[in-house]
Amino acid sequence: MKIKFWGVRGSIPSPGPSTQRYGGNTTCIEVRTDDNNLIILDGGTGIFPLAQQLLKELPLTVHIFNTHSHWDHIQGLPFFIPIFIPGNTIHLYGAFDPISGAGPERIMNIQMQYSYFPVREAEIQSRMHYFTVMPHETVTIGESTITPSLLSHPVVNLGYRIDCRGKSMFFTGDHEPHYNIYEPHDDGYKEYQMLIEEQSQAIIDAIKGVDVLIADSSYTIAEYPSKKGWGHGTFDSCIALAKETGVKILYCTHHEPTRSDDDLEKVFAEALSRHACKDLEIRLAREGDEIII
Amino acid sequence: MTEISAELSKKLTAAVEKMPAFPKSVQRILELSRDINCPPKELVSVIEKDPVMTMKLLRIINSAYYSFPKQITSVNQSIVYIGLNTIKNMALSFAVIGVLPQQNEAGYDMQRYLMHSLITASLARLLCQKFNKDGTDPGDCNLAGLLHDFGKVVFAQFLAEEFKQALRYSAENKVPLHIAERKIIGVDHSVVGAMLVEGWQFPKNLGETIRHHHDDEITPNTLQCCLFVADQLSKHKSLNNGNERDMQPLPPAIAERFGATWDEIIVKLGDLSNVMAEAQAFSQISKEIRT
Repeated sequence: MKIKFWGVRGSIPSPGPSTQRYGGNTTCIEVRTDDNNLIILDGGTGIFPLAQQLLKELPLTVHIFNTHSHWDHIQGLPFFIPIFIPGNTIHLYGAFDPISGAGPERIMNIQMQYSYFPVREAEIQSRMHYFTVMPHETVTIGESTITPSLLSHPVVNLGYRIDCRGKSMFFTGDHEPHYNIYEPHDDGYKEYQMLIEEQSQAIIDAIKGVDVLIADSSYTIAEYPSKKGWGHGTFDSCIALAKETGVKILYCTHHEPTRSDDDLEKVFAEALSRHACKDLEIRLAREGDEIII
Repeated sequence: MTEISAELSKKLTAAVEKMPAFPKSVQRILELSRDINCPPKELVSVIEKDPVMTMKLLRIINSAYYSFPKQITSVNQSIVYIGLNTIKNMALSFAVIGVLPQQNEAGYDMQRYLMHSLITASLARLLCQKFNKDGTDPGDCNLAGLLHDFGKVVFAQFLAEEFKQALRYSAENKVPLHIAERKIIGVDHSVVGAMLVEGWQFPKNLGETIRHHHDDEITPNTLQCCLFVADQLSKHKSLNNGNERDMQPLPPAIAERFGATWDEIIVKLGDLSNVMAEAQAFSQISKEIRT
């Protein structure tokens, strides 16, 4: 299984000299399974440079899994050139949004409205298919399986586990560990705590034992208190999750858009120094990096 | 301003009083939803105290779209799974239409009423976002749109015979319904709608806005203007499969602020297919929940 990062930034693209080393594009990860399936996790702006590469491989069959519908995970999709080329087949998978009552098709038709984008959705030339996926219901593509899990974010966010020929990875999308909304002396505290523990365990079970975990580590623990409820994790929460799930390699991603490369390395080093990690390798996700497992 | 006889006033007050109380919980949800820092546990406790709201939320969450390993049975549990923000927005959406009666004596088409209210609400919000210069909250415009025709519901429920006659008169003589109501009942739905929301203790300006939404002379406040324009635009051909229903003439004050013709205002608002799609999705969900 080959995993390549095309966008590692959170919230908004952040080009410029201070983000040159780690990259300014928003979330996009390319996964090539050993049975030769092309899976793309999220279509942030990083999907645009990926699209340029893919033009060498036409005609394409691409499976794009969307974790959630926030801009930094969808904004590159209308610029994913293969959708406009006849002969390509694009499958877009995503969650059902209870507020709009729609699935991933809405991600395209909302963005490709004429006032905001010159080409309308109706003008897509490839075979484009939309699939609403459900938590815990595995999608099978050849010998690969992709299993969505519900994580915690202001909109419905699915984390995806990919398994193929004994190799596996999990991508959280955006995720903030659950926290108790009650104070310890409140009536609801105990009940809520139980629910959190149950759901946290379900997440641990979903990730358990993967070779590579890619997780949302937007904030430092010092920054977190003022961002509580925004739906993102910390370096420390990601390391804790990686340890609990016994993964081999953790990639920290969704870098805060105002964080420079130097600062990113500094806060990352500080987080590492707080945790002893014997069997766990922890890396910062960097645009252009790839790993073969 | 229409003059109302003592007898008619008594009749209307009696009708308004027969309407169910607007749930306190819904008012509280509306308030909390405006506060970006609203304490989550407070929202949970408000929703939990409203069994109908709780039932609706759980019904959607337990629908086929989420194959949870087990049934979700509490609001807290739904927040752990789906997230606070999503639950807050779902509650808000269900809040207002929850008050609608399922059937009425006059045979008035509630589904169509709901569509009109949802579309007017979205348009009023869009108009406010685009044309507002004085800090009026688009959320208030949305609420005014949702509630502006509630007087029709009161008529349909408690002055059913007269309302039926007004509907017939309006259709046969091709006059707007509010004119027919004034002729048959003596007063139109805007007055009784205002009485109702004032009885529900919504802010005073909301009652005033609803009271005057069919007035020819528009006061220049943003809430009033947005509601009037949205109500009229909802009858525009672009939102009615190409068939235009009677739109009132464009008052000069509105033309100056929003655009010279109804068509021009529609063009300025851009693509409205989404307004339709969302209203349809919502009215569908609420229909499913009732059955």
